[in-house]
Amino acid sequence: MKNISLHIDGKYVQTPGGSTILAAAKQNGIHIPTLCYHPRTRQAGKCRLCVVEVKGLPGLQVSCSIQAQDGMVVLTHTERIIETRKMIVELYLSNGKHNCMSCEACGSCELQAVAYHLGIEKSDFPAVDKDMPVDMSCPMIIRDMNKCIQCYRCIIACNDIAVNEVLDMGYRGSKMTVVCDTDKPMGKSSCVVCGECVQLCPTGALTEKKAIGKARHWETEKVRTTCPYCGVGCQLQLHVKDNEIVKVTGAEDVEPNYGSLCIKGRFGYDFVHSPLRLKSPLLRKDGRLEEVSWEEALNFTAKRFSEIKQAHGPDSIVGIGCARSTNESAYVMMKFMRAVIGTNNIDHCART
Amino acid sequence: MLYMSKILLRNKDIPNSQSLEVYTGRGGYNALRKALSLPQDDVISMVYESGLRGRGGAGFPAGAKWRMLTKYRVKTVYLICNADEGEPGTFKDRFIMEFDPHLLLEGMLITAYATGAHHGFIYIRGEYDWIAKILVKAIDEAQAHGFIGNNILGSSFSFFVDVFRGAGSYVCGEETALIESLEGKAGRPRLKPPFPAASGLYGDPTLIHNVTTLSYIPFIIGNGPDAFKSAGKAGSGGTHIFGISGHVNKPGIYEYPMGTTLRELIYEAAGGIRGGKHLKAVVPGGMSAPILKADEIDVSMDYQALNAIGTMLGSGGIVVLDEDTSIPMIAQKTAKFYAHESCGQCAPCREGTNMIKYLIDKIIAGEGTAKDIEQILRLCRYIRGSTICAFGIAATLPIAAMIKKFRNEFEALLRD
Repeated sequence: MKNISLHIDGKYVQTPGGSTILAAAKQNGIHIPTLCYHPRTRQAGKCRLCVVEVKGLPGLQVSCSIQAQDGMVVLTHTERIIETRKMIVELYLSNGKHNCMSCEACGSCELQAVAYHLGIEKSDFPAVDKDMPVDMSCPMIIRDMNKCIQCYRCIIACNDIAVNEVLDMGYRGSKMTVVCDTDKPMGKSSCVVCGECVQLCPTGALTEKKAIGKARHWETEKVRTTCPYCGVGCQLQLHVKDNEIVKVTGAEDVEPNYGSLCIKGRFGYDFVHSPLRLKSPLLRKDGRLEEVSWEEALNFTAKRFSEIKQAHGPDSIVGIGCARSTNESAYVMMKFMRAVIGTNNIDHCART
Repeated sequence: MLYMSKILLRNKDIPNSQSLEVYTGRGGYNALRKALSLPQDDVISMVYESGLRGRGGAGFPAGAKWRMLTKYRVKTVYLICNADEGEPGTFKDRFIMEFDPHLLLEGMLITAYATGAHHGFIYIRGEYDWIAKILVKAIDEAQAHGFIGNNILGSSFSFFVDVFRGAGSYVCGEETALIESLEGKAGRPRLKPPFPAASGLYGDPTLIHNVTTLSYIPFIIGNGPDAFKSAGKAGSGGTHIFGISGHVNKPGIYEYPMGTTLRELIYEAAGGIRGGKHLKAVVPGGMSAPILKADEIDVSMDYQALNAIGTMLGSGGIVVLDEDTSIPMIAQKTAKFYAHESCGQCAPCREGTNMIKYLIDKIIAGEGTAKDIEQILRLCRYIRGSTICAFGIAATLPIAAMIKKFRNEFEALLRD
């Protein structure tokens, strides 16, 4: 789209037409704090931290939702704006139970970051007692609604990205809280534990049970890899501390998953460090499985295939491809069965 | 001498005023006939020229709202009547609907004809269940006589109306929350833009008006815009229904021309303060309108004059408070109401109204400090304008005004 130009904080900037004020500011290196906005869940307009003043428009405008217009004059850091942001963050801190010392999200918490940048050490408002029970019912996810800032990200993630339609906002006013189905414990709800909500939660309201106490955000090395579970090839970010995977998240900036993962890709990483994991081929000798080299295993398999083919014909062998394999592997498997074995007995587990 | 002019309440005390027979016998539906004989744009122009402003509280010019719709006539247009009368101290719409339902229906029909709507909804607050029944009966009666349905009165105009009962949320009086609720979702306001005129009910252009606003339409079309204008004062045409409650001798609803003074309404219409006591304060336009002190009641009740002294005409719900009233207690009730009714969607409103309530409770309990008062004022200052809908303004303006005007009463309750 055609570029438009506007003034932000006295700076003349350009942005593609149709951009929000927030996007225009970001493209031009002007920082506007946000909590509910996330590139994947888009604007929600809930936290109101990204408010700006626009000349000619009344009150404050939320920059995540208002489109930048040609010739617009925007102010992002007036006293009124800063005071409004401070008030909101202080209210969050007073009305919730936020303890950075023990919180799993410390270091990656966006509320913590915003409070830091606004110079808020402690809320000026009195702490309102909030003591909601922590939902531990889900095997993988801990839901601590005392830390929830009602940003709607998890709800948008659950309904519009993962389309599992489990989470929604229940109740009203200060009692408003995220609920699973008809306010059931997460473990008893229709949740399929894809963890999309955990990944997008800006605070420690949603955390991964298995990662608790394992490592602070800054202690881990982030390793990009491909999920081994199926042929989609989702991109994972492994959070590794001392050569151990402590957490897995989806890589957000890349195909094919743009951050989304399924329960296996996100939570099924225990096998990596399992002592039961097979690290070499096993061959049954005299009724007992024994570790052998890859060379021996492959030679044995090739020998037996040839013997069976000679004795009973190629159609006595059937190949079933695995859903974990990529298209390329599936193609090679098919080629192997038809050209090497000489049979059309080839199928795929996803079809049967 | 106070002159009571009746535009909306003229049928109220007639026996059996809800019936179509009585309504048509008193000239009802003649304005609809007249409107149907005019081009749509002429009807819009008449409303525009009358200067009629929305009576729900915001006072947006009705004609301007209608003109926004004209460019969308190619699409489906919906008309919604906002009968979710929830503003504390307000009880005007219920009298129109209860005693003159056909007046509202005629207003809706003319509005629908002018703006190209073919389907209308009356979103009525859940508590008004008996009124909902009256409306349904009136709609059936009008439909049986050809005033509602296909080819109304032999014209090419068709219109249908449904009554929808709300579920008890104050914020569903906010137009986009109302639309959400009407669509079957939780009543939480939408982000604007887009405004309902562009994308409202089911994503189609939608016109929303308060009951009272729509009920003025037959008079304006029947008698012309000038008759309406001359019934009030410049910039605030027509009458207004004032619902006077609180410590007065004769609480009730009164229809008077715009520009009548608050003093006249309290001391002449409503018979003065109960038990001969002194007046302490007045809420002039529903709970969200900033409170006035006793020495401010010579104000003329119209949009401009009330705005000039920092309050608003709002819904015309006048709450009169005598000398024995504790303003902090009123503030506590107000804060409790708004904290309870916040939809919870956006942070400043959800967290802020709750914190205001918490702090006022603390002051009333005798545990407040001077800092708490400052913090309430801080919240009032910065919640305003930072929320999704006007609820944030409605929740903070009255509290700020009570503290500003009666600060000594709050300070007397402080711990130190």
